[in-house]
Amino acid sequence: MASASEVQQEEIRATKKPFVGNTRKVTAHLTQNESLTFEKSSPGKKAYKLPPLDVPEVDAAAVLGGAVREDAGYLPELSEIEIIRHFTRLSTWNYAIDLGMYPLGSCTMKYNPRVNELVSRLEGIAEAHPYQPEHLSQGALQIIRTLQDCLIEITGMDTITLQPAAGAHGEFTGILLTRAYHQSKGNARKTVLVPDSAHGTNPATAAVVGYKVQNIKSNALGMVDVGALENLVTEDVAALMLTNPSTIGVFESEIHKIADILHAKGALLYMDGANMNALVGKTRPGDFGVDVMHLNLHKTFSTPHGGGGPGSGPVACKAILEPFLPTPVVVEKADGSLSFNYDRPQSVGRVRMFYGNFGMFVRALAYILANGPDGLRQTTEDAVLNANYIRKKLEDVYELPYKTPTLHEVVFSDRRQTQRGVKTGDIAKRLIDYGFHPYTTAFPLIVPGALMIEPTESESKEELDLFIDAMRQVAQEAEENPEVILSAPHSTRISRLDETAAARNPVLRWKPPVGASREE
Amino acid sequence: MRYLPKSPADRATMLHEIGVAAIDDLFATVPAEYRLGHDLNIPRQLGESEIIDYFKHAAALNATGYSSFLGAGAYRHYRPVIIDSLVQRGEFLTSYTPYQAEITQGTLQAIFEFQTMICELTGMDIANASMYDGSTGAAEAVMMAVRITGRDGVIVARSVHPEYREVMQTYAQHQGHSAGEIGFGEDGRVDLAALDAAVTEQTACVLVQSPNFFGIVEDIPAIAEIAHKKGALLVVSIAEAVSLGIVRPPVEADIVSLEAQSFGVALSYGGPYCGVIAAKEKYVRQMPGRLVGETKDKQGRRGFVLTLSTREQHIRREKATSNICTNQALVALMTTIFLTVYGKEGIRELALQNLAKANYAAETLGGTAETRLLFKRTPRFHEFVLETEESVESVSSRLLEKKIIGGLPLAKWYPELGNASLWCATELTTREQIDQVASVLANSPVAATSRA
Repeated sequence: MASASEVQQEEIRATKKPFVGNTRKVTAHLTQNESLTFEKSSPGKKAYKLPPLDVPEVDAAAVLGGAVREDAGYLPELSEIEIIRHFTRLSTWNYAIDLGMYPLGSCTMKYNPRVNELVSRLEGIAEAHPYQPEHLSQGALQIIRTLQDCLIEITGMDTITLQPAAGAHGEFTGILLTRAYHQSKGNARKTVLVPDSAHGTNPATAAVVGYKVQNIKSNALGMVDVGALENLVTEDVAALMLTNPSTIGVFESEIHKIADILHAKGALLYMDGANMNALVGKTRPGDFGVDVMHLNLHKTFSTPHGGGGPGSGPVACKAILEPFLPTPVVVEKADGSLSFNYDRPQSVGRVRMFYGNFGMFVRALAYILANGPDGLRQTTEDAVLNANYIRKKLEDVYELPYKTPTLHEVVFSDRRQTQRGVKTGDIAKRLIDYGFHPYTTAFPLIVPGALMIEPTESESKEELDLFIDAMRQVAQEAEENPEVILSAPHSTRISRLDETAAARNPVLRWKPPVGASREE
Repeated sequence: MRYLPKSPADRATMLHEIGVAAIDDLFATVPAEYRLGHDLNIPRQLGESEIIDYFKHAAALNATGYSSFLGAGAYRHYRPVIIDSLVQRGEFLTSYTPYQAEITQGTLQAIFEFQTMICELTGMDIANASMYDGSTGAAEAVMMAVRITGRDGVIVARSVHPEYREVMQTYAQHQGHSAGEIGFGEDGRVDLAALDAAVTEQTACVLVQSPNFFGIVEDIPAIAEIAHKKGALLVVSIAEAVSLGIVRPPVEADIVSLEAQSFGVALSYGGPYCGVIAAKEKYVRQMPGRLVGETKDKQGRRGFVLTLSTREQHIRREKATSNICTNQALVALMTTIFLTVYGKEGIRELALQNLAKANYAAETLGGTAETRLLFKRTPRFHEFVLETEESVESVSSRLLEKKIIGGLPLAKWYPELGNASLWCATELTTREQIDQVASVLANSPVAATSRA
């Protein structure tokens, strides 16, 4: 009898359609089928060997009493070679930066340098315990301090905390600082303003910190309408959460007016730093009126995103917010050694145990050291150059809803293609057949049917030309053969998945076959 | 600028194609007065060998070559070699959140396996794709309980990791929760009588940690009964995941918040780690974070997708269950590989070794004339509290002379425990190291004085 995986392989062969179109980047290749680890397991296989116990054995039931675990649960039992093959096969089902361009707008998928991985795994760094004595942690503290200094200089702010574990966690911390600042003046205020072009995390964050969210509409240029803002800012407004450059890649040219309007009413300007890759070395938020901002080390500073994390979201701010930073903060003692200070009576508290995603600090600092001031500036310039090159080469085939000049990303709309029934999500799936990860689809919300493209500096002219060629071919297909797009992708090991069924009847874990015994 | 793949000629060609004369023309929208007119004041570009030297120097300033008895929420376990070799495959390392399912099945299937393993270990029905860490996970679990019950009272055991409690407090303060704390009894466990008196019809949840901060296994069935009697939920935080190999899972809980660092994740001076929330199935719509679900493609083949995203902020914005977006996917992959390596038998054997080492350490170190083992008769996993005649500081400095990092002083958080310190022994702790500590303790200057 054929196994489940053989049946699946046969099905793949049977349904494989020949590729239509001309892709210079990829050809179809075989990927191996692979069951779940649980389905491959068989009792008695082992991939581990513990050293012999050098202390007396204990009777777990005697030590733990009623708290002893009798049923070990279903965990797979496999050998080391099977595990290596399992995860290696799974890995081949992923697209990745190492395979090619990953132009997800707003996500800044850039090259992740390998030396960063090496240094983060040095024994004194990887094996450092967060509670080991400070005098035995001076290396870690110096890394934290040096990264802080670099990021303060890059942002033009006065101080920083590295504690937040991700961008949205940084937003949370930044809005907590804002709230504590207003509270110290006797009124926490009630509202946070959020442009309609903002990431969904912005309004969610403001709500978590207990603020009412007021959405504000963008103007015809895709920017904050300064006149409208002036009417909205009252003494009840705590802050405006602004992404700059915005999610359509536009620099808010009137940024200082925006800051002045807020400051005149005592409100603060929060900047979502997700798009800092467009600014590093060219301009500094601290110089153009921003009071508090977060950075995404996993975007701008090349720490790998690992299929969804880890991230790291430091928050930089002006001196007025310094007393409220999360505890602890790094300070220099009289003898020149570094130390954590926990005595911070006005602090917002702690947003994460220990000190943050330290391993990401190591990688980000390695990246900054590899680039230096000239390299960081060149990086920004190349990122902006690449995005503008794509914009120029595609603007005749895809609708450009905002003509405003853009920096590191470009947002098209699917307006021309929808006339043939093809939407941004369909074009994205078709792009997969040409060997690219799709751009960000359907965001920002201010652009109906958005195609949000951020190439980053990591792309060579050759890769950009291949991408442009693929996008142009898809545009042509939309005119001549929309069906090939609507049924894409054709080259992947599985075709479009039924997301509705997944949500309607959620299957969120594997279950052992009925009647299977847990204790073998 | 070895990371930048363009030649000067490429740049010139591209500028020409765009139709601008110089790169700065593309930054014209940035008002001139805000353009940086000078180099950033950061270190110059370093060569790769210099970068490695820089971090080797920093690493040498940290403790290396010490034996350590520290635990307290960050645990030193052996990490099988294949974890690092697999997670460094570029297809895992340099991939993003699996929004495009057809080309991220690798990440998606691995997360599905992770969710399954967490359910098996915790005794819960569902688990998410990971949270930032154990401390934020516990705070999010409490917020989840508040949403589910529509109540605003939260009762937290004082034996929950102090930094977890601080994080929870930070999250709770603007959510309109009222958080009260419940102490521990002589046995180091939650004071059940006090808890019973504290839980009311306004209590959304009771948060406990088990094994708790002192390494003691809580009486989960009894705590659950007290919470459930008044309609409150029980949230159990687990900071030491390896305990689940031998300690009964908190099946009576409604929500479990787990820190999975022990499953093959480096200590890394406190992060990145791997939180995860698991819960009863009926609470799935209130679960924060990402979930991976099984489904089929058009030809009926099995595949996996991110699902139930209507809970999340990119759709719900200010009405989302949480603002969490990025999670710890790569770290979750490490824990998945770790659990696959150890498997059903290995996780139990590993937990048993931890239990035996800690038992030997507790008996050896707690059995001298100058030391006392606190909470002696209560079940514990691999941590224990040692009270010394001598100040913890003095014990620590004498141990450091022998290149041993001793227990964590507890007075900072629990002044009533006096000269108490928290010790941890894992499978990596050797009998020799334990005996060495015992001999240092036996030569206490306090002992010498009291003997004189």
